[in-house]
Amino acid sequence: MFHPDYEIVIGLEVHCELKTKSKIYCGCTTEFGGEPNTHCCPICTGMPGTLPVINEKVVEYAIRAGLATDCQIAAFSKQDRKNYFYPDLPKAYQISQYDLPICYEGKVDIEVNGENKTIRLTRIHIEEDAGKLLHEAGEGTLADYNRCGVPLIEIVSEPDMRSQEEARAFLEKLRSILMFVDVSDCKMNEGSLRCDVNLSVRKKGQKEYGVRAEIKNMNSFSFAVKAMEYEAKRQIKVLEEGGKIIQETRRWDQDKGVTVSMRSKEEAHDYRYFPDPDLMPIVTSKERVDQIKASLPELPDSRKVRYMEQYGLSSYDATMFLISPRMANFFEVAAENSANPKTVANWIMGEIFRLLNEEEKEAAVIPFEPEMLSKLVNLIEKGAISNSVGKKVFEEMWNTGTDPEKIVEEKGYKQVSDEGQLTQIAEQVLANNPKIVEDYRSGKEKAFQSLVGQMMKATKGQANPKVVTDLLVKILSE
Amino acid sequence: MQLYQKSAHELRDLLLHKEVSSKDIVKAYLDRIKTVDEKVQAYVTLCEEGALKQAEEVDAKRVAGEELGALAGIPMALKDNICTEGVKTTCASKMLHNFVPPYSATVAKKLSKAGTILLGKLNMDEFAMGSSTENSYVQKTKNPWNLERVPGGSSGGSAAAVAADEAVFTLGSDTGGSIRQPAHCCGVVGMKPTYGAVSRFGLVAFASSLDQIGPLTKDVEDMALVMNEIIGHDPYDSTSAPVGYPDYTKDLYRGVKGMKVALPQEYFGKGINPDVQAIVMAAAKKLESMGAILEEVSLPMTQYALPAYYLISSAEASSNLARYDGVKYGLRAEQYRDLLDLYKQTRDEGFGTEVKRRIMLGTYALSSGYYDAYYKKAQQVRTLIKNEFENVFGTYDLILTPTAPTTAFKIGEKTDNPLEMYMHDICTVPINIAGLPALSMPGGFDQTGLPVGVQFVAKALGEEKILQAAFALEQELQIKSQRPLL
Repeated sequence: MFHPDYEIVIGLEVHCELKTKSKIYCGCTTEFGGEPNTHCCPICTGMPGTLPVINEKVVEYAIRAGLATDCQIAAFSKQDRKNYFYPDLPKAYQISQYDLPICYEGKVDIEVNGENKTIRLTRIHIEEDAGKLLHEAGEGTLADYNRCGVPLIEIVSEPDMRSQEEARAFLEKLRSILMFVDVSDCKMNEGSLRCDVNLSVRKKGQKEYGVRAEIKNMNSFSFAVKAMEYEAKRQIKVLEEGGKIIQETRRWDQDKGVTVSMRSKEEAHDYRYFPDPDLMPIVTSKERVDQIKASLPELPDSRKVRYMEQYGLSSYDATMFLISPRMANFFEVAAENSANPKTVANWIMGEIFRLLNEEEKEAAVIPFEPEMLSKLVNLIEKGAISNSVGKKVFEEMWNTGTDPEKIVEEKGYKQVSDEGQLTQIAEQVLANNPKIVEDYRSGKEKAFQSLVGQMMKATKGQANPKVVTDLLVKILSE
Repeated sequence: MQLYQKSAHELRDLLLHKEVSSKDIVKAYLDRIKTVDEKVQAYVTLCEEGALKQAEEVDAKRVAGEELGALAGIPMALKDNICTEGVKTTCASKMLHNFVPPYSATVAKKLSKAGTILLGKLNMDEFAMGSSTENSYVQKTKNPWNLERVPGGSSGGSAAAVAADEAVFTLGSDTGGSIRQPAHCCGVVGMKPTYGAVSRFGLVAFASSLDQIGPLTKDVEDMALVMNEIIGHDPYDSTSAPVGYPDYTKDLYRGVKGMKVALPQEYFGKGINPDVQAIVMAAAKKLESMGAILEEVSLPMTQYALPAYYLISSAEASSNLARYDGVKYGLRAEQYRDLLDLYKQTRDEGFGTEVKRRIMLGTYALSSGYYDAYYKKAQQVRTLIKNEFENVFGTYDLILTPTAPTTAFKIGEKTDNPLEMYMHDICTVPINIAGLPALSMPGGFDQTGLPVGVQFVAKALGEEKILQAAFALEQELQIKSQRPLL
C-alpha cells in the first residue's frame, strides 16, 4: 500500500497509569471519575509549601513492569522536574525522570504474520499525571485536578518497528504484559494507556533514519494505526515531491483522518530538567529486585508456549486468550475442568468471541463461570447431548447464566443413547418411510442420511447420532 | 521588668507556679505590639482574637490540671512564609496577598501541640529573597536599635519582633543566612538547624535544597527549648532526617572546656568591618579563657560559595515560583488577552524586582546549553565546600566566625546595588551550601551601639555542641539584658 521504495521507522512512547490505590506523592485516591476536584489535596494541587513523598508501591510497580520486559533495574535512580506552564499542571512542573530512569535496556518480543521480532526498550521511568481541562461552551475552560499525581510509567521503545502492524502488535503485547503483572488496568477508554508515535520514513537500504514527526497522545490502538498509515503516506509524498520533512510535533485529527502540525522543533519547549531537590534518590538493592522478581506471575510469552504445548492451541488462538489475565484465566479454568481443552478453546473462539466486542473481550465479560463451559463441553464429549443441542444450551447459559446440566435436565435435552428405546423409534420411522428405505436398498447413499434425519426429528434432536447410525445400519442389513 | 521582656523559660516558670496566666502574658504582648509596632513594623498580620482565645484555653486546661506542652501559654509569631491554616500567608508578596492556606506547616502544628500561642505573622523580604526586608511588598521593617536602619533579612520581621519584645520567640527561615544575619543585625539569638532536622512541610519554598526553618529567641536557653519542640523527622518531608534528636536543654550547662574551635582565616580580614572583627576575636578570647582550644584554619573554597549559592538557589527558585501563574490561587491579573498573557501579566504584576531578577537568573542557569556550565558546576562546587567543612570537623568541634561583615546598614543604602546586598551574606551562605547547623548570638556592640553577632558552626546534627558553647559564652558576656529603647 505504501511506495515500494520506502521503509517506515516507528518508535513508541507509551504512558501507562499504574493501579496503585493512592497517588504518587500524596494519599489521595487514584480512582477514575468522581466529581471534579474531589480526589485532591493541597499536595497534588501544588499548594505553596507542600512537598512530595514518593509512594513506594509506584517504585515496586515500575520495577515489576521493568522485570516483565527484561529491563535492567537501576540501583540508583532519581526524580527530576520538567518545567513548563499549563493550567492542568498546578506546580508548573511535572515530576518525572530525566537521565537516570528506574528501568533501562529492556525488550518485548512480538509476532507479526507468523514472524517473530524483538523490539528493544530504551527505558521505563516513573512520573506524575497532569489534570484535565474541560472546555465548556459558555463557561470557558474548567480545570479538574482529580488526575493530578496519578502515577504513570512511560515506556520508551527504540525505533525498531517497521510497519504499523508491528507497532500494533507491540502495543498489544505490552498491554498484555502490563495487565498480567498487575500494574495497570490499561483501560484505553479511561486514558490509562496512551501513546506518542515517533515516525519517519527512509529509502530502503538507506542507513540513516529520516527526519521524524511525533504524533502526540493517541488513546486508541486503531486510531494510532490509522495515524501511522496517514503519516507515513504524508511523509513519502512530501519526499517524492522533492520536499523535506521537518522535525515537529503533530496530532491526529480523528474526524478528518489526518495528522496536523502542533509545533516545530524551534518552538519546542526547553523543559529545564533538573533533579527535584524535594525528593531523595531511589536506591534499589539487588535483594529487593530479586524479591519482586520472585513475586511475578507467569508472563504472556510463557503462557503462550504452554497453551500451545499443553492444550494443542494454535499460536493465534493462544495469543487471543492472552488479551487479558481475566480472559486467560477463564480459558485456563474452563480447560482444566474439561475433558477436551481444544474443544473449550473452540467454544471461546467461536461462540464467546462472536458475542463480545473488543472491550468486553479484554474484560472477559462472560455471564457464566468458566466451570460451566467445562460442563457443557463435557456433556457433549460424553455424548449426553449432541453438538447442536449444545449450541441451544450455550445460548441459554449466555442469556440466563444457568448451569448447563440444569438446563439439559429441565428442558429434557438429554441425548437418547438407549438402543432398546431407539430401536422402537427406528422401526416406526422405517415403517413410515417405505420409499426411502427402498431407495437405500437400491443403492442410494443419500437415502441413509435422510433416514438419520427422520430419526433425529422423531427424537427432537436428542438421539445420539452415532447410536442411530449403527442401529439403522444394523436393522436395514437384517 | 515587664512581662514582655521576659524569656520563654522565665515565663514558663511563672506559669508553672501560677504567678501569671497565659492571658496576662498575651495581653502584655498585644499591648506592647500596639505601642511599638507602628515604629518597628514587624507584623504583617496580627491574630489578636485568636491569641486571646488560645490563651484562655491554655489557662483553663492548667486550672483543670490537664497535661500541657512544654511551652504552653507562651506567645510567639511566625515568618509569613510558614503556612498557617485559616491565617493569611503572603510571603510578603503581592502575588500571595490574599492566600489563606487550607493547612498548617508541620512546625506550626508542633508549636501548637507544645501549647504556644500564635500572635501573628511577620514581615520578610518577598519570598525570602533579600538581606534587609526592604523587598517586602507590604512594608519596611525597622531595626529596633536604630529605626533608620534595616533589621537584616530575609527574616527581618522575625528578628525585629524578638528584639523589640513583640514576641517571646519567633520562627524564621534561612536559605543563605536569612535567620542568622537579621539576628546579628537585631541583637538576638538565631539558629539555622542542620538541613533536614526541621520539617520544611508548609514552608513556602524558595530554594528547596537550602531552606531550613529555625527559631529566633531572646537567649540561648530559649533557643534550646524551642529547638526541642520543632526538631524531628517528618514523614511529609522526604528530605527530613530520620534520626533521633537529643534534649538540647539537658547538657546546656556543660561548658566549653576542651572544645576545639576553629577560626577560618577566610572569614576574617578583607571586607570585614574592624568593629565586627574585634568583637568576634574578643569572643574567641573569652572562649579560650574558659578552656576552649582555638586554632586558625583555612577554608579556601569559601570564595566560590556566593556564586554557587546564587546559581543553585535561583535555579530552584525559578522552578518553585513557577506555580504562581494566576490560575489557582493568589493574584490573577485583571486584564489579559489569552493564556500566555494571563501568565505574563500576573507574574509581572505579582512579583517584585528582586524576585524577578532571581527567576531570570535561575531560568537562565537551567536552560538547555547552559546547565552544565552553571547549575552542574555549582553543584560540583557545593560538594567541594561540603568536603572542606567535613575535613575541618574531623579535627574541630566548632567553627567560629562573624555572622555578617558589617552591622545593620541604612534603609535604602544597598537597594540599588544587588551585588553589595548579596555580599552581606558572605559569612552565612557557605553554611547553607554545606547543610550544616549554625547559630548567631549577640557578641557585643559597635561604636554606634549597633549589635554584632558571632556565628558558631558545627558538623551536621551537631546543634548540641553549638548550644553548649553559645550558652557558656552568653553567661560570660553578660550583655543579653541590654534592650533597644523604643
